[in-house]
Amino acid sequence: MILKPVKQDLKVIGYYLGKIILGLAFTMAIPILAGLFFNEINPTLDFVVGMEISILVGFLLIKICHTEKDPNWMQGMIVVSLSWLFAMVLGAIPLYLSGHWKSFLDACFDSMSGFATTGLVLVQNLDHMSYTHNLWRHLIMFLGGQGIVVIALSFFMRGFSGAFKMYVGEGRDEKIMPNVIHTSRFIWLVSIVYLVLGTLALGITGIINGMKPVNSFFHGVCIFMAAFDTGGFSPQSQSILYYHSFIYEIITIIIIVLGALNFKLHYHLWVGNRKEIFKNIETTTFFITVTVIFFIVGLGLLRIGSYPSKFLLFRKGFYQLISAHTTAGFQTIYPQQFFSDWNPLALTGIIMAMALGGAVCSTTGGIKMLRIGIICKAIKEDVKKIIMPGQAVIVERMHHIKEVFLEDKVVRSALIITLFYIILYGLGALIGMFFGNPFLESLFESTSAAANIGLSCGITKPSMPIALKITYVIQMWAGRLEFMSVFTIFGVLYATIKGK
Amino acid sequence: MFSRVLTLLILTVTFCPGIALSGGISSEDLIRNARQYDGKLVVYSGEVIGDVMNRGKFAWVNINDGDNAIGIWMSINLAKEIKITGSYKSRGDILEVTGIFNRACLEHGGDLDIHAQAIRKVSNGRVINQRLNIDKRNQSFILLLIIFLTWILTLFKKR
Repeated sequence: MILKPVKQDLKVIGYYLGKIILGLAFTMAIPILAGLFFNEINPTLDFVVGMEISILVGFLLIKICHTEKDPNWMQGMIVVSLSWLFAMVLGAIPLYLSGHWKSFLDACFDSMSGFATTGLVLVQNLDHMSYTHNLWRHLIMFLGGQGIVVIALSFFMRGFSGAFKMYVGEGRDEKIMPNVIHTSRFIWLVSIVYLVLGTLALGITGIINGMKPVNSFFHGVCIFMAAFDTGGFSPQSQSILYYHSFIYEIITIIIIVLGALNFKLHYHLWVGNRKEIFKNIETTTFFITVTVIFFIVGLGLLRIGSYPSKFLLFRKGFYQLISAHTTAGFQTIYPQQFFSDWNPLALTGIIMAMALGGAVCSTTGGIKMLRIGIICKAIKEDVKKIIMPGQAVIVERMHHIKEVFLEDKVVRSALIITLFYIILYGLGALIGMFFGNPFLESLFESTSAAANIGLSCGITKPSMPIALKITYVIQMWAGRLEFMSVFTIFGVLYATIKGK
Repeated sequence: MFSRVLTLLILTVTFCPGIALSGGISSEDLIRNARQYDGKLVVYSGEVIGDVMNRGKFAWVNINDGDNAIGIWMSINLAKEIKITGSYKSRGDILEVTGIFNRACLEHGGDLDIHAQAIRKVSNGRVINQRLNIDKRNQSFILLLIIFLTWILTLFKKR
């Protein structure tokens, strides 16, 4: 029997949602301070308005729905999925007020793209955007990459038993430390240490490249946030091409690869267990898939003669590949060049890389390396069962922080999520084709949205149909949260109608 | 006769690298038809945006024509002509660049760029004076008042 949600469910959901929104509201203080520093009065006011609306919504929810109860699994999942939708709308308010977006939907699109660390944009005239708004665009990537709930858990909430349910709902199912609050704080510690180092590296490189020191460090902090959180926004419309710098490309590759690693792996590297990186199933799978897919991309580029030398082919091909595979979405070519200069084989390689993604419990999107590794191990186990004598006992193992036996329930879970991702990529491609786009372009853009990549072949633009914008927003949301918390919303809606 | 002259003219303009494709080409056209324009002398114009990045005797300048920005590699002497670059607080100088277009520049890591031979300043940039938006200021005060009243109301409700 399906039970209808009761008033108490709504109170718990509203209360925790309010707390997360309040946490989000306070993060708007950062662009306000930046606006005052850069003497940008109107952009500062945009964020004051945005912050006030967010405080009001959060405060009202907390007061109206005040409860002492901890959320159960269903409530926790709903809180997470709704908090991402609220974050999208509230985060879009200051963006829309800037006048750089044609409609509020466009601002919501970029807001979801930022929070979900996708990187697809509908912004207009980016090259004339204020420091204040630009900082917010990149900051929401940094916040979304760690997780909106992780922020609330780290800074705005005391420990409660429902914390883990919300943490899992945000697409993370691995605890680094026994306590989920400590895990959240560790994620922030790693991110902030890298933020300082990465900003310094990019800032100094910017100065060497001839940029003004203020711009150099501002770009440094923005690019770091977008790179480490494998987001892909950039302060200028040309993405990484703006800098015309090989060193800048190398530094961003290092940062996006760091962002694509499991935070649990970061923890083991930090405590001195460096061998883990060579043994871990995620890193070994990542190495294999990068090598295989680069072979495909390289072959495609070689056949069409896209680049005049092998070094240039490697530089351009590898950058777009690693950017796609880590789900960062930075580009060193123009979106149009994917179809004018690259051939379908190279493009298919990029789509494959985008679909796979990085590590679980990282800032990346896509199917993820652990699941790919598990599926490959399961196939290997099944093949062994066929080849070996009937009485032989076949047991497959994998190394993920520790040696673990491959269990059927783990394989099942990996296959289900993989299947959901493939369906999501396919559905987006079908909708893209419905609006008259060719198959490969539609699949490219759909995979980019659903796996939270941000690479574009030109379909994503302000003039695209509203239904396609909404499709990509849903794909970014569902892909970032890895489905379960999104499905819970539909389940609750069904229970509301059909339940007793 | 006329058609022959026309054909000859088109062939000369398209294949002779010594003659610039006059009238200016849009960034969209250059990027989409990069193979066609590769190695040719082109005229491209737009607003200088971001930083002028000096690299020894040369500089990188990014010029946006409204659709895309393209990197222009120019000598430091040409770059000195640029006084204002586009940002939130300014509209940059509008330049017309005549130079060799590269689809995948061998010298610059395969970037799509233009190596400038000459530039002409079409118009000077200007600093934009920012005026306080009264509506935004009023909205923020009204919202602050609403938050305060809501807070007071909740205090009363508690008592």
